[in-house]
Amino acid sequence: MSYMYKIGVIGDKDSVLAFKALGVDVFTVSDRDSARRALDSAARDKYGIIFITEQIASLIPDTVSRYDKEIVPAVILIPSNQGTLNIGMDRINENVEKAVGSNIL
Amino acid sequence: MAVLEVNPTRMELTRLKDRLKTATRGHKLLKDKQDELMRRFIELIKENKRLREEVEKELKEAFEAFLLASAVMSPEILEEAVAFPKESISVDIKKKNVMSVRVPVMNFIRSLENDEGSIYPYGFAQTSPELDEAISKLYGIMPKLLELAEVEKACQLMADEIEKTRRRVNALEYRTIPELEETIRFIRMKLDENERSTIVRLMKVKDIINKES
Repeated sequence: MSYMYKIGVIGDKDSVLAFKALGVDVFTVSDRDSARRALDSAARDKYGIIFITEQIASLIPDTVSRYDKEIVPAVILIPSNQGTLNIGMDRINENVEKAVGSNIL
Repeated sequence: MAVLEVNPTRMELTRLKDRLKTATRGHKLLKDKQDELMRRFIELIKENKRLREEVEKELKEAFEAFLLASAVMSPEILEEAVAFPKESISVDIKKKNVMSVRVPVMNFIRSLENDEGSIYPYGFAQTSPELDEAISKLYGIMPKLLELAEVEKACQLMADEIEKTRRRVNALEYRTIPELEETIRFIRMKLDENERSTIVRLMKVKDIINKES
């Protein structure tokens, strides 16, 4: 049960352009609709890991959380070049609260 | 606790006893599963937190370097420089079963095109050293970033499963099992009562017969 998946990055152009040099597929988006479309089509398109900048993810929380229960793809938030919004950390804490019942970290 | 709506018969009693046995066993198993899941989850979430902190810090540095590069270079040349990567990364995802939670195991395959050596997909003539630094930093972060992806996904899936298991354990512990016990007691008392009333009736009948004779 294995399959070669691709890796993608979604974010604003300034943040994600650098990833292109590493052989990661880059989708530059600027608004909510294009972000949602990019994420959905990437998920359909056999991307195993999709990195998405927190700025963009904060626009489309529903779409991001839709992939939480699936094994593939893993949607991972990364800070953008404007710094972190702490959404990624919040999501970890959310997981802890959901599992343990209170935040123990 | 409410008593289930059943007929107080011996057959029903046996049936309920069987159900109680199954429920108790199920409860014990689920409880064990929950404990083990929790133990692993806590290990994993600590790792997740540590990784994320590191990644966020290092990414910030890389972005700063890249920002510097884009400041000294013209956007066209910058875009051209990174447009054709030498390396391609893909990921091989297998599924591992941890206490019935299917978590991904990711293996990364990085393949450099033709000659190894330089990771930079551009010539050095038109680009600035700032870009080199940004790319090399980002290149160094990549393994950690991918590890983070694996761990974070596993944590997400396990958190879901733990929540589900906890609900089941609680439903069994606080609802199903007490209800069954209560109902079994109810049927027992009812059967005993019936027996007593039968005895009393028999005694009465005997009295009447004795008096008449």
